[in-house]
Amino acid sequence: MTEQQLMALLPFMVLAAASIVIILLIAFRQGHTVIQVTGFLLMCLVIFAMWYVRGVLPQTIAPLLIVDGFGALFTGLIVFCVLVVGLFSYIYFEEREENPREYYILIFLSTLGAAILTISRHFMSFFIGLELLSISLYALIAYLRTRNNAIEAGIKYLVLAALTSAFLLFGMALIYMETGSMDFAVIAQRLNAAGKSSALFLTGFGVMMVAVGFKLALVPFHLWAADVYQGAPSPVASFIATVSKVGVFAVFLRFCQELHLQNNSAVMMLISAVAILSMISGNILALRQQNLKRLLAYSSIAHFGYLLVAFLPGNNTGVEAAVFYLTAYAITILAAFGIIILLSPGEKDADSLSMYRGLFWDKPFMAIVLTVALLSLAGIPLTAGFIGKFYVLTAGVEQRAWLPVIVLVITSVIGLYYYLRIISTIFADSPVTIQKERSLNQFFYTASYAALVVLTLLLFGIGVMPAVIIQGIKQFLVIDR
Amino acid sequence: MILIWMIIILLAGGILCWLLSKSNSPAIKWIALLAVLIDLVLLLNIWLQHGQGLTANTGNWMIQYQSAWIPSFGISFHVAMDGLSLILVMLTFFLGTLAVLCSWKEIEKRAGFYYFNLLWTLAGITGVFVALDLFLFYFFWEVMLVPMYLLILIWGDKNRRYAAYKFFIFTQAGGLLMLISILALYFIHGAQSGTYTYDYLSLLGTRIDPSVAKWIMMGFMIAFVIKLPMVPFHNWLPDAHSEAPTAGSLILAGLLLKTGAYGIIRFVLPLFQQYAADIAWWAMLFGVIGVIYGAMMAFAQTDLKRLIAYTSVSHMGFVLTGIFAFREIAMQGVIMQIITHGISTGALFVLAGMIKERLHTRDISQMGGLWSYMPAMGGAAMLFTMASLGLPALGNFIAEFLILLGTFQANPTFTVLASTGLVFSALYSLRLMQKVFLGPPNAPHKVNDISGREFIILAALSISIVLLGLFPQAVLDVAGKVISNKLYVIR
Repeated sequence: MTEQQLMALLPFMVLAAASIVIILLIAFRQGHTVIQVTGFLLMCLVIFAMWYVRGVLPQTIAPLLIVDGFGALFTGLIVFCVLVVGLFSYIYFEEREENPREYYILIFLSTLGAAILTISRHFMSFFIGLELLSISLYALIAYLRTRNNAIEAGIKYLVLAALTSAFLLFGMALIYMETGSMDFAVIAQRLNAAGKSSALFLTGFGVMMVAVGFKLALVPFHLWAADVYQGAPSPVASFIATVSKVGVFAVFLRFCQELHLQNNSAVMMLISAVAILSMISGNILALRQQNLKRLLAYSSIAHFGYLLVAFLPGNNTGVEAAVFYLTAYAITILAAFGIIILLSPGEKDADSLSMYRGLFWDKPFMAIVLTVALLSLAGIPLTAGFIGKFYVLTAGVEQRAWLPVIVLVITSVIGLYYYLRIISTIFADSPVTIQKERSLNQFFYTASYAALVVLTLLLFGIGVMPAVIIQGIKQFLVIDR
Repeated sequence: MILIWMIIILLAGGILCWLLSKSNSPAIKWIALLAVLIDLVLLLNIWLQHGQGLTANTGNWMIQYQSAWIPSFGISFHVAMDGLSLILVMLTFFLGTLAVLCSWKEIEKRAGFYYFNLLWTLAGITGVFVALDLFLFYFFWEVMLVPMYLLILIWGDKNRRYAAYKFFIFTQAGGLLMLISILALYFIHGAQSGTYTYDYLSLLGTRIDPSVAKWIMMGFMIAFVIKLPMVPFHNWLPDAHSEAPTAGSLILAGLLLKTGAYGIIRFVLPLFQQYAADIAWWAMLFGVIGVIYGAMMAFAQTDLKRLIAYTSVSHMGFVLTGIFAFREIAMQGVIMQIITHGISTGALFVLAGMIKERLHTRDISQMGGLWSYMPAMGGAAMLFTMASLGLPALGNFIAEFLILLGTFQANPTFTVLASTGLVFSALYSLRLMQKVFLGPPNAPHKVNDISGREFIILAALSISIVLLGLFPQAVLDVAGKVISNKLYVIR
């Protein structure tokens, strides 16, 4: 391994070291605050390291990893999400759990898994990353074990994730059998040489799709989503919604790009079927939902359906659209969950829609943030979500993928209904005052508020001036080639 | 640049109102009023500067401003104003001023946020009327939606939630279809010319494959006829109009509907000339159906605001028929109708709001004999119902007469049918007057006649409707040459 390759891995090593540092801190009996601050600084360090090594990219670390602009972009997004999630975690766990410290180890390990996914170019690293991500998540989901739904959600996720991991391995084995390699690039070569894709490869890919679809909560593998979102602690739910999905989507995107699957009509048919089903069922399931966390789960199913529409073309516009959409979506969902976390009273989460009645007249700041987030999810102009949806539609129309595009439009009109339902609840008369008796740590409350302000400004900023972000994404993606 | 300033003033005024909402001071109203008045003055200034040159030098844009916005997509911030835009923006600021004035007493609760929404809606509408980049147009098209939604949702009547949803979802559905069409147009033009752009003036020259063009045009059309509204897409209108607060109804009827008509004139006709001609027969048919259906429904209503709302459906049917007659004279009538309908129906909604403020009901059966208490308001109501039924010397007569004159050349049958709409409109108008203002007094208690502020509002509206009836040439001069352009008239 050359020095440059080592350099390129620096951010990931810092990320791996973060968990160890936290373990050491716990061993030395440091408090929650110290761990939180250290964790925050370490994540900043990861981003800094990423910026520092940008000159040496791209680097292939054969056979498992490749650190390129694509990977850096997704890792940056992941670490950004973890920064925000970590910040929100403090006030959430400080009042619910006497011992929230191990939580941070798990979070960072899980992040490492997601980060590895973004830079993997081999089935091995794909699987390692995915398992690292999942195994930490089992514990994270059930972290508040005294709660009713927590264990149920944890077990549900555990059983299904284990099952789908088996599917993933089986799919990989089938593809290996066909091509004799686990390296994405080599697989691509062999497939090219063979001319047309064999039934074995298609079966393998289809079986792998089960695992990917599970992680991204795509229909028909979405059954866990609502329960896990509801049962998991809110910061963990936001983690699943952002970090875990971004990581898996990144590796899936890289795999399909590398293999030029957009030229394979059978695969594309499969993906567009999944996309259409996800858009339809996600939006319809969310319609009558009274629980905000469950509703966000269903809406995320729909949103990943939209994302697959951008993914279908497989050209540059598609990749840019996907990255942009994910960025906008992550920021939006973090803002929404941030509000849920801040509003949650001690015992349970603020997930019932009735708790948001008239929020605007009681806590205008939070109501505005939540409204902006919902409008962004609905794709209304001035917000990042609009540009994201516009980008996705652009990619779809460019490739004349009319059916998915039309379905996208129709389902997002349906989706509008439930976003409006929440917004009209927020603006309803006769507010319900949410009792929050204590504010334990003024500093972290202020910090969380500041984070929400930043997220909201980002939503508006990207919505009004998307050129900056688009330019940035393009520059990073160029590093690839 | 001045066009952008007009929008910015509205946006900034709105934010200022919101920031002051904690104090709940009367300053909020004044800020809102001031913001709209400044814009009105700026616009009058433009008219005085450029208005004269118009007749000689036509089709040109009086003011244009363009700067890059999202260059990687070929999106620019391109706004411009010609005669058509000028008239519509004028109407926007005029009705906007009145909207602020008629909210003066009605809105006591949460005034800051209310005026924020009001001003942002106006800003969005202004943007729609001046945008010359299709992306920008869509952007403003949607921007005006959210604050209007909130206006209905928060300050509306009993059934406001339902009405607000319906309004938003109908409009958004049309909007998204339009977005797909815009994207398709963008790619077709890009593939032809090599430059990918959303600029209206560049896209004008696009040659589109006939099989595709029809679909692309339908995307635009659906968005616009929902807003217009055309029967059978009119469903959202009676609910939204009757549940919205007075200023909301005024803006909805006076301005939002006009964005649909404007969209057809500005985008559908020039971009898809031949294809628009292909659907002309159908469009005129639906327009005529709208005229008759709207009038009959209006006659059957017992809710005062719903009644007025259905008259809008009827009047907008004339607009649709007139546009697709493809005759210059009909198009002039359409422009007149857009303005006079905004004023007369807006005025009726203002009157309905005033009555509701006094009687706390919209139910016509609980009214009656109001003239004896409020002769001044009764007089104004008489004037505007007469305008609405198309009495000569008032603006609406000119408009509808010109439209019928134009459509007669294109399709006599439809013209005859549309003319019966005028008879129906006499029916509902007279019924309205009789039930509300005449007959035995039915009011539970004595009500006061109009106040000084209300007098100003009604006076402004009355004067303009009479002036439009007597001197329509002023309007036709400004917009006339724009629409005599061959882009809008086939033969």
